[in-house]
Amino acid sequence: MDFSTLFIIIIGSIFINNFVISRFLGLCPYIGVSKKMDSAIGMGMAVIFVMTMASTITWLIYTFFLNKATSIFGIDLTFLRTIAFILSIAVLVQFVEMVIKKAAPELYKALGIYLPLITTNCAVLGVSLLNINENYNFIESIVNGAAAGVGFTLVLVLMAGIRERLEYSKVPKSMKGMPISFIVAGCMALAFLGFSGMKF
Amino acid sequence: MKAIQEFTKGIIKENPVFVMALGLCPTLAVSTSVQNAIGMGAAATFVLVFSNIFISLIKNLIPSQVRIPCFILVIASFVTIVDMAMEAYVPPLHKSLGIFIPLIVVNCIILGRAEAFASKNGVFKSMLDGLGMGLGFMLAIMVIALIREFLGVGTILDIRILPTSYKPMVAAILPPGAFVTIGLLMGLLNILQNKKKSKAN
Repeated sequence: MDFSTLFIIIIGSIFINNFVISRFLGLCPYIGVSKKMDSAIGMGMAVIFVMTMASTITWLIYTFFLNKATSIFGIDLTFLRTIAFILSIAVLVQFVEMVIKKAAPELYKALGIYLPLITTNCAVLGVSLLNINENYNFIESIVNGAAAGVGFTLVLVLMAGIRERLEYSKVPKSMKGMPISFIVAGCMALAFLGFSGMKF
Repeated sequence: MKAIQEFTKGIIKENPVFVMALGLCPTLAVSTSVQNAIGMGAAATFVLVFSNIFISLIKNLIPSQVRIPCFILVIASFVTIVDMAMEAYVPPLHKSLGIFIPLIVVNCIILGRAEAFASKNGVFKSMLDGLGMGLGFMLAIMVIALIREFLGVGTILDIRILPTSYKPMVAAILPPGAFVTIGLLMGLLNILQNKKKSKAN
């Protein structure tokens, strides 16, 4: 196991190719759930958890059922990838919700309402597809999933902090709410663009 | 409501991107050039129309507890069709849209219309609704792409508009440009709406 490749994946997914800011994945929760700090943190934690699990499961499904070279059936089923991934993510989210509800009621209270929203969060399906496109191995996929989740949480929490302050600042009437959030996101993207100069 | 209104409401009055803020990820990600925007809009419109038709046909057969997974399955099937067709007939476009074609599955416009409209209305109305919403989505991405491509490269549909001496504003086709463009466009629409309201009063 090469540690430096994992390090590059982690830094890359959190900062350089941040899922929200530079890949445009998961924008709906980014704009929708970033009004309050508490909900931003809750959503972020739920996303990290689901993304890591989803990367693991979709990688296993792709390798053992869909890809011809490594499949146990020996037939090429890669065209089923979209359907297989979205179904397994939906089942996974439902399953995680049930397990957390039984095993950790406290955690369920904190994350409960965000879990159903995650099924249609494109960042989760996006990370699964990217893992396959980049030919990551099992460990790399898990690490990439977790790092992408951390990157998502980072910008979501930053955004929530800024928006809580925006409430008290003077914003032109027509720019209030969504428009100004996009402008702020633009400034944030400009800052994150600085990371793209980093080469390993 | 008249049938024609089901079609026209999606284009401006209830525009999925600018008014309802749905489907933001593909809107911002593929609006780097007008060509990509048209491709993405056409693909999403196709999926939207056919999933709306299909869901309104089977709406009485699926139990309401499992309707969301059923909708997702229907949508994913049509997305797979689009994905394979684009790979076969327009490979360069397929390549430049990348993972955003399979990601049409989780585009909230499509699931939103299935849940809010097609599961309650007839086939013909659902088809018109899908077409209207799809064209509204396409229009929105095209407007954003037009601005970004014009400022960032100086061309529209790869035809040079600004002279070569124009120094392109590269930030417009990079991620920050996308966010700022959509923010300013939404602000502009708000100004227009506020003016309309004050006139009505």
